[in-house]
Amino acid sequence: MTELTKLGIAGARDALRKGDVTALELTEACLTAIDGAGALGAFVHHTPEIARDQAKAADERIKAGDAPAMCGIPLGIKDLFCTRGVPSQAASKILEGFKPEYESTVTTKLFEAGSVMLGKLNMDEFAMGSSNETSTYGNAVNPWRVEGGPELTPGGSSGGSASAVAAGLCLGATGTDTGGSIRQPAAFVGITGLKPTYGRVSRWGVVAFASSLDQAGPMARSVRDNAIMLGAMAGHDEKDSTSADLAVPDFEAALTGDIRGKVIGIPKEYRMDGMPEEIEKLWADGTAMLKDAGAEIRDISLPHTKYALPAYYVIAPAEASSNLARYDGVRFGHRAKLDQGDGITEMYEKTRAEGFGAEVQRRVMVGTYVLSAGFYDAYYNRARRVRALIKKDFDDVFAAGVDAILTPATPSAAFELGKKFDDPVQMYLNDVFTVTVNLAGLPGISVPAGLDKNGLPLGLQLIGRPWEEGDLLNTAYALEQAAAFEAWPAKWY
Amino acid sequence: MAIDKETAAKVAKLARIRVEEDQLPALAEEFSAIMGFIEQLSEVDVEGVEPMVSVTPMRLKRREDVVTDGSQAEAVLKNAPDAREGFFAVPKVVE
Repeated sequence: MTELTKLGIAGARDALRKGDVTALELTEACLTAIDGAGALGAFVHHTPEIARDQAKAADERIKAGDAPAMCGIPLGIKDLFCTRGVPSQAASKILEGFKPEYESTVTTKLFEAGSVMLGKLNMDEFAMGSSNETSTYGNAVNPWRVEGGPELTPGGSSGGSASAVAAGLCLGATGTDTGGSIRQPAAFVGITGLKPTYGRVSRWGVVAFASSLDQAGPMARSVRDNAIMLGAMAGHDEKDSTSADLAVPDFEAALTGDIRGKVIGIPKEYRMDGMPEEIEKLWADGTAMLKDAGAEIRDISLPHTKYALPAYYVIAPAEASSNLARYDGVRFGHRAKLDQGDGITEMYEKTRAEGFGAEVQRRVMVGTYVLSAGFYDAYYNRARRVRALIKKDFDDVFAAGVDAILTPATPSAAFELGKKFDDPVQMYLNDVFTVTVNLAGLPGISVPAGLDKNGLPLGLQLIGRPWEEGDLLNTAYALEQAAAFEAWPAKWY
Repeated sequence: MAIDKETAAKVAKLARIRVEEDQLPALAEEFSAIMGFIEQLSEVDVEGVEPMVSVTPMRLKRREDVVTDGSQAEAVLKNAPDAREGFFAVPKVVE
């Protein structure tokens, strides 16, 4: 890895503006790093020609002056985003060969800001997973590992994004987060990832998983990098009726590091039975750091926390079963080879059996079950009622004056690939600290805060008030400065 | 809640996913484990709580009822597994 790929977004922006480096040089450095990191399985479609063209155009804009902050910054794009003329498969076999005729709003905005796309990034199939093991491309691998130890998961679903940023293959990456898919992988690889408020970023052109929960966000080295990248991704979009018609503030300008007088809530329900001591300690250390920075620490209660995961595993599969009904072998993607006499029903059934992996099939069927006649009220409507209660828990603490909530990001450090794959419920527990945030539509950020006894990164999560990403980023910035996590994984791959 | 083989077969049919007969017992077992996990929701007192419709209190925006896009048949069909003469082609639907 060359030093150029370690600049981060803010560092690269400053170097580009000063003329110390060109976008093309940065891009070439990233392309070289990608070529040397095939073992990580992070990039699954490479677009070096597009990258070089965009980099040259960015250099022209920078030379002309007045280029936006993201101009010339090489990025990786999660495979869930539709990119015109470039495979966009959501890591599923069912979208094999699919090349969109259109560009997602997020990538359109990033490209208009002058960003460079290096390629598409690995992920769990249709963003369903917490370990990047359900991908049709094979696993993405964490660049961190215990020396001489087995390969670890980079988390999921945005596992390729996490792995690529952590290994310095790109300066930032797009992620999406339905139950923790930005924050959990960010924590597992020692980077920072932000899930914005539901509606802050357009979902148009992002392959839908669970539409009431899905939200795209940045994954990058630092809080400042996240602030810059979010600014380029966010904003109202007529093509997404749930995108909020609100002005996008200057998130970077919010980073003063001054959090004196802010009230940080510590929710007692997040202290789980059997929580590893290291996670407890990390959480306590993070609390102390924010207190030292002048924040007021307050014990709070979010009483319905325990029911967030079961509610999620009704609502998300229900929405997925509806959203994924479109993969029928008619309009795009894979169609099964049919036998003599097969009709349209056989075409649907064979296409979906061949095209969807096991976890996607499982969730589509669970969703179908909870929405089916006789169970709709008992499961789906009950889950939506519990969701209302979970949101009210947060509304109540914010109304009582809490500015942000500090929790662990994950219940453990990155685990070994293959270890949890056979037990879906065990895998679901990975999202125990993150899923509440999606159910309540809130912004949440994962900040690397330390290493465990094996030298693997651990992250803390901050949860903010709706639409106050600026304030949340500033609290995260204070935590980042105190934690001073600057480690890079040693290159073994 | 235990899900039996017949229920698993019915759900697979509703979801239009072909599941071979010999796979059904394992599938039913997986469903049972997941539904057992979900069952915790029955502990929650939801009396008088409205099911959430939208997580952010906003009205959906309205726009003029006019055509804003179209005439892109070629692009629409571009990714179809089987497209003929400007149409998506599928196996015979009616006998």
